[in-house]
Amino acid sequence: MTNTIRYDRGADGIVTLTLDDPDQSANIMNQAYATSMSAALDRLEAERDEVTGVVVTSAKSTFFAGGDLPRMIRATRADAPELAEVLDTIKRDLRRLETLGRPVVAAINGSALGGGLEIALACHHRIALDAPDSRLGLPEVTLGLLPGAGGVTRTVRMLGLAAALTTVLLTGRRMRPADALAVGIVDEVVATPTELLDRARAWIAANPHPSQPWDRPDYRMPGGTPASRSLAAQLPAFPATLRKQLKGARLPAPEAILATAVEGAQVDLETAFTVETRHLIGLLTGQIAKNMIGAFFFDLKAVNGGAARPTDVHAPPVRRVAVLGAGMMGAGIAYACASAGLDVVVRDVTPEAAGRAREHAERLLARRVRKGRATEADARAVLGRITTTDRVDALAGCDAVIEAVFEDPTLKKAVFAEVLPVLAPGALLASNTSTLPITGLAEGVDRPADFIGMHFFSPVDRMPLLEIVVGARTSDTALARAFDLGRRIGKTPIVVNDGRGFFTSRVIGRFLDEAVGMVAEGVPAASVEQAALQAGYPTGPLALADEVSLTLIQRIRRQFEDASEEFLPLPAHRLVDELVDAYDRPGRAEGRGFYSYDDGARGRLWPGLADLVTDAGRAVPFTDLQERMLFAEALDALRCLDEGVLRTETDANIGSIFGIGFPAWTGGVIRYVRQYAGGPAGFAARAAELADRYGDRFTPPADLVDRLAASAAHPGELAGVA
Amino acid sequence: MPSEAYVFDAVRTPRGRGRDTGSLHGVKPISLVVGLIDALRERNPGLDVGRLEDLLLGIVTPVGEQGGNLARAAALLAGLPDQVGGVQLNRFCASGLEAVNTAAARIRSGWEHLLLAGGVESMSRVPMGSDGGAWISDPQTTLATSFVPQGISADLIATLEGFTRDDVDGYALRSQERAAKAWAGGHFARSVVPVRDDNGLDILTVDEHPRPDTTRETLARLTPSFAALGEAAGFDAVALQKFHWLEAIDHVHHAGNSSGIVDGAALVLIGSEQVGQDLGLTPRARIVSAAVSGADPTLMLTGPIPATHKALAAAGLTVADIDLFEFNEAFAAVVLKYVRDLGLDPDRVNVNGGAIALGHPLGATGAMLIGTAVDELERRDLRRAVVTLCIGGGMGVATVLERC
Repeated sequence: MTNTIRYDRGADGIVTLTLDDPDQSANIMNQAYATSMSAALDRLEAERDEVTGVVVTSAKSTFFAGGDLPRMIRATRADAPELAEVLDTIKRDLRRLETLGRPVVAAINGSALGGGLEIALACHHRIALDAPDSRLGLPEVTLGLLPGAGGVTRTVRMLGLAAALTTVLLTGRRMRPADALAVGIVDEVVATPTELLDRARAWIAANPHPSQPWDRPDYRMPGGTPASRSLAAQLPAFPATLRKQLKGARLPAPEAILATAVEGAQVDLETAFTVETRHLIGLLTGQIAKNMIGAFFFDLKAVNGGAARPTDVHAPPVRRVAVLGAGMMGAGIAYACASAGLDVVVRDVTPEAAGRAREHAERLLARRVRKGRATEADARAVLGRITTTDRVDALAGCDAVIEAVFEDPTLKKAVFAEVLPVLAPGALLASNTSTLPITGLAEGVDRPADFIGMHFFSPVDRMPLLEIVVGARTSDTALARAFDLGRRIGKTPIVVNDGRGFFTSRVIGRFLDEAVGMVAEGVPAASVEQAALQAGYPTGPLALADEVSLTLIQRIRRQFEDASEEFLPLPAHRLVDELVDAYDRPGRAEGRGFYSYDDGARGRLWPGLADLVTDAGRAVPFTDLQERMLFAEALDALRCLDEGVLRTETDANIGSIFGIGFPAWTGGVIRYVRQYAGGPAGFAARAAELADRYGDRFTPPADLVDRLAASAAHPGELAGVA
Repeated sequence: MPSEAYVFDAVRTPRGRGRDTGSLHGVKPISLVVGLIDALRERNPGLDVGRLEDLLLGIVTPVGEQGGNLARAAALLAGLPDQVGGVQLNRFCASGLEAVNTAAARIRSGWEHLLLAGGVESMSRVPMGSDGGAWISDPQTTLATSFVPQGISADLIATLEGFTRDDVDGYALRSQERAAKAWAGGHFARSVVPVRDDNGLDILTVDEHPRPDTTRETLARLTPSFAALGEAAGFDAVALQKFHWLEAIDHVHHAGNSSGIVDGAALVLIGSEQVGQDLGLTPRARIVSAAVSGADPTLMLTGPIPATHKALAAAGLTVADIDLFEFNEAFAAVVLKYVRDLGLDPDRVNVNGGAIALGHPLGATGAMLIGTAVDELERRDLRRAVVTLCIGGGMGVATVLERC
């Protein structure tokens, strides 16, 4: 097996263990690592008398990336004994390292995430290089896992139960070195690689006989153990706080992390390791970790890696972007472009209106400076790249234009017509429309091949997704340029084909219709919100509808209605109309919608909704409430695949999670179908049941099962479905 | 040979305020029990302790000086013969009644003939909850059971039932008024045994928790006890995730309409007809039936409703056959819900007040209520009573008594 750890003993007796997996771009906790670490420890123990200390570092640009995800995603119940053995080996060797009787220093030269940080935690001293992209943390929870190489056990003993849970384990936060120092998971931060090794050697020289705090006779767990009265009194609130923070979504990983931490804090170190292993294997062999690894590692990598980008096209990079409209979206897009080093010209009807884009950027930059995320000079440079204007000729030379004006096809065509003459030849023409078909808008320009949809999400600075919409006549070059521009400004671009509402707006519409429809049919509004939140949606549908604004929802629906003969009126539509037209409750911006708002803060649900509640509505099973929303979206996503609006399942999964809040635990809207109990067949059976109870819209496509079985899914994921 | 189970006598200590300024704070829990054993022997000269078989004590926080099976230690310290056993049991707030019911069942089995059952809780000395337990401190269990503290459950019940702050305060006021009248009228005189020190000096002779000067206005001034806990610690969210049709919990309970934290003990002498005849003990009441029932653990405090139905069914009786109800006033809303669900006449429920005025010494209360009910049946010359308590974890225990 490949050796992934180099062993070099210097004249001073200091052994440098260099993590350097020759088969991987980054070090991971694979079988080769386990074997190599065992060998390294064997040698360290054998040569102990000649060894004065150990430095653990990496030859890669990162220190160590984490777990062996391709292997983990395939884990089944049958693998439990093998998993236990590997984890035991990894933990045993890290334990041997920290009890070697020689000072061990982690020289963390780059990102140390998951298993990487766990290796460092088994060292006596951690020094992190302040590299710009370096991140430290235990992000396992974000993949449905827990840190099982001693990470839970050691952070709890190092920081105390409450601090370890809230600052490291449950958030999964990827920290900059300075933040990691503040939290206490590293001991020093240095500026240069030379300093890193010098400090490591100096610490070894100054601490010839170190031990871990938990191995000292006077060790006390910070904040006490569950047996101590003060912590025991707080303990009942830990699970409640978690459930409050997760809004009732019963995610196995955070619950297992909490259990591991608390149970482990009551026993000795070795037993705590065992408890940790048991809980991790439970997560590894379960479905949700597979869903999350599938989406957040594999799918995300594929999307960001350009799986949807045409290859072999000449796609000159965009340098100067024109943004039309300085509303919230336009301003957000302008800021994103300027932050990524692009020159931006924002045009609106008056200088004042255009100036809002600059003010928006100033606000966001001031916050970044305040938080130490940017310097004053950085902020000035970004602002310097933003020009705001009411004049068309100021857009001269822009090689891309992103239109973000009011959602009116006539207006949009008009602003394109106005600016086209001054743009650079062949400039990319993009519309940020959220629903209007691109092919139709492209009719307004004489270069439809250069016309494309670039649908950003609000707030642009925080929402990572970009939905690129390919019109009937959009060229591959335009797509490649839009994709590259999206990546340049740090977005995750999915690529979909044209259609009213494209993928995201269309599918989220099914979610809102279903939820509002449940209220209309007599289900208590609070139950609808709870059902969504407990299903894992980040925001309740009624709160979301208020945020989008009921007026906008009404307008978009009327556009759909006008555009399609097959439009089916729903009870939800009637309720939205009543709220807007009869009760003057247009949404959050006006301070009244499904909810009441006090000074912008969401208050209680409008009491008028209580009059809609019926006994039949109260009797709808809670699981049905949840699955009606999930299925409404999943079934429409399947139709999008069918109709060719969606090009790939990967884009559907990533788009649904990052764009429209489909529950993360599912790993995305199509993976939800695949992972449903019983697989696609189980999903189809349940859909048929929902259709029977709640209407034909739940009738699954006839060939659903065959189609999903035939189409490609990540090979690792199917193992867990059965 | 199987026999009916009879109550020959029932005694209790006065309830002392459950804090370090309370009169019983200086008295060890074991001393409270021993004092009652002494009193029973004194009151019943015919009681041949050689016939006693076991001492059953309900204790809810059986740690420290209440731990290690206090019942056995108390039996020995009281000088009962070696063959008298001792067992501590815990059904949370109904532990005292659980001890009585267990004793009654053992008498009815015919295997045993004379038992002492009751309970003790020195809440000022052994804080409630200090025994931990998986339900409140093991995350896996807490998450799976949607654990919330009882006060949140009580407020949840009030919200679900639509009981307003005014409703629950009104009930609390009535508890105070009835308790004051009962003390003034000597209604507790037969059961209450003063707590004295080793020198024979009185430590406490009356319940010290009641506030007879309570008014609607003084109650209205009290701040809700569980609002901050519900919000800050996330317990409201847990409750609402389960009772999802509610948007918020109306926190109506406070120190003035919840049971008081107190110290106290109670004992009931229970035996067969035969032992009564042999020792010349006069049966005061018969334990007709008893039942336990679980209920929703998050709602927690509604268990007495199914438990009462179950106990009545076992006795072949209905609510209409019951003259008096003693329902432990854990929280005002819990009593109001019981009264509403069973369709009871409020004038037959807790006629001498309850734990809101008098206090709730956790492990002892159930046994105290047996004495209160038997005394009142005799005083009013009535026939039957139901004694019931709501219980942590979502349970209820109920006992049907019939005067002899």
